[in-house]
Amino acid sequence: MALYTETVMDHFMHPRNVGSIEEADGVGEVGNAVCGDIMKMYLKIENNVITDVKFETFGCGSAIASSSIATEMILGKTIEEALAVTNKQVVEALGGLPAHKLHCSVLAEEAVKAAVKNYYDREGIEYDHSQFPDTEDCDSCRFV
Amino acid sequence: MMIYADNAATTRVSDTALAAMLPCFQEQYGNPSSLHSVGQRAAEILTAARETVAEVLNCSPKEIYFTSGGSEADNQAILSAALLGAKKGKKHIISTAFEHHAVLHTLQKLEKEGYEVELLPVGSTGTVTAEQVKAAIRPDTALVTIMYANNEIGSVLPIAEIGAVCKEAGVLFHTDAVQAAGHLHIDVKAQNIDMLSLSGHKFHGPKGVGVLYARLGVRLANLIEGGAQEKGKRAGTENIPAIAGMAAALKEAADHIDENAAKVSALRDKLIDGLLKIPHSALNGDPVNRLPGNVNFCFEGIEGESLLLLLDAKGICASSGSACTSGSLDPSHVLLAIGRPHEVAHGSLRLSLCEDNTEEEVDYILEETPKIVEYLRNMSPMWKDLIAGKRQFIL
Repeated sequence: MALYTETVMDHFMHPRNVGSIEEADGVGEVGNAVCGDIMKMYLKIENNVITDVKFETFGCGSAIASSSIATEMILGKTIEEALAVTNKQVVEALGGLPAHKLHCSVLAEEAVKAAVKNYYDREGIEYDHSQFPDTEDCDSCRFV
Repeated sequence: MMIYADNAATTRVSDTALAAMLPCFQEQYGNPSSLHSVGQRAAEILTAARETVAEVLNCSPKEIYFTSGGSEADNQAILSAALLGAKKGKKHIISTAFEHHAVLHTLQKLEKEGYEVELLPVGSTGTVTAEQVKAAIRPDTALVTIMYANNEIGSVLPIAEIGAVCKEAGVLFHTDAVQAAGHLHIDVKAQNIDMLSLSGHKFHGPKGVGVLYARLGVRLANLIEGGAQEKGKRAGTENIPAIAGMAAALKEAADHIDENAAKVSALRDKLIDGLLKIPHSALNGDPVNRLPGNVNFCFEGIEGESLLLLLDAKGICASSGSACTSGSLDPSHVLLAIGRPHEVAHGSLRLSLCEDNTEEEVDYILEETPKIVEYLRNMSPMWKDLIAGKRQFIL
């Protein structure tokens, strides 16, 4: 069996929504260069709905595929729906990831959340801090 | 187009090696330990293979032990030397920070058993000097184990000089020559090598077979107990087809070693020169004392696995020392040992050539690689920060 599923390879070879948004309403960056993956998510939000999303990723095949599919999963959705996307759902949508690549799906979930948090902060919208993970903490990746 | 540029991982079995192997399956299929004629014909093949390998290494056939590969040979050499040392109260072992894991993990095991392991630093070019070894040798040093050539970054180490230092000090010297055998001259006598490991599949022989050379007088400890094969030092019916194939491949490689090295290193140099034109890239390993086929680069701002996948999609088979290709969270210990920071080590690419590669293939690699690096950089937030000046370039 190949390392990656067909869906992972499709999203890696033909990533959706790559790039940046100049006038983004929320931008989130997670991961770090030392670990070998950084994901940056840009959101355009109108009336509580994600009307545009773009991503940039430094990372391996599954990191690029995870960010690509995550953008598809949140485009056109409400903020609440986007926040409800879990790394598990990302993995399922990709048709599975090898065990040592699961942290890439965690990064995708965290990137979406970080971008929404940034939007809340910019807009001065009150929110429950506990719903946003501490993305500075590498342990969230190591113990998936 | 399919370009195989991962010959340090493994090689295609040569026609010569295959021709030596095939009769061993259905014609000369005997067990060399059997007294009857079918068995004795297999024993003759085994003897001839041992003589061939001994001739290439310049040693006696009695000093050749066939193993399941380079890892087993490394394990047996190091554990044997450690036991010999312990009998004399010597439990200090010298090695380097960028050995293969077959060596490093064996040394870690010995550390847990109370041995003191000293890993010499390999500097930014990835080598050690005989002077470093000499300075590290102590009265209680049991073994010096230092690779002949590095599997990832291709540095060739001054093995003869190190061997001379060890001989003078009366310390056993083992070298992991898995990447060197068939590609660089080996003469265990002239180079003062007490023990040497090699692996059949790195020079167009089959997988699952290797050699441990141990100088007469170096008492080996068994890893596998059982029958009297390999002078009682490695039990198990000999893998005659693989041994015959390896011996044929080694002889063929040794017979053409200089012409192959000239051809392959010319391709290598063209590849290195071309890849150096990619901005913010750097060659890893010793630029001068280098395996003929090894090219290893770091490209800043990208990650190695995605580079490999895109190269593969273009028909180019290569490898990387990134964390994502190692199955761990850390990038290659070799790249870290030569001082590459994590963020740069993740973006590494190894292309390893052999005499079957062509100039057209090198041209194609040089055409495709820069495009892929640029594509990945354009989607990398790290690269964006680098060019925006928000992050300092390392390369």
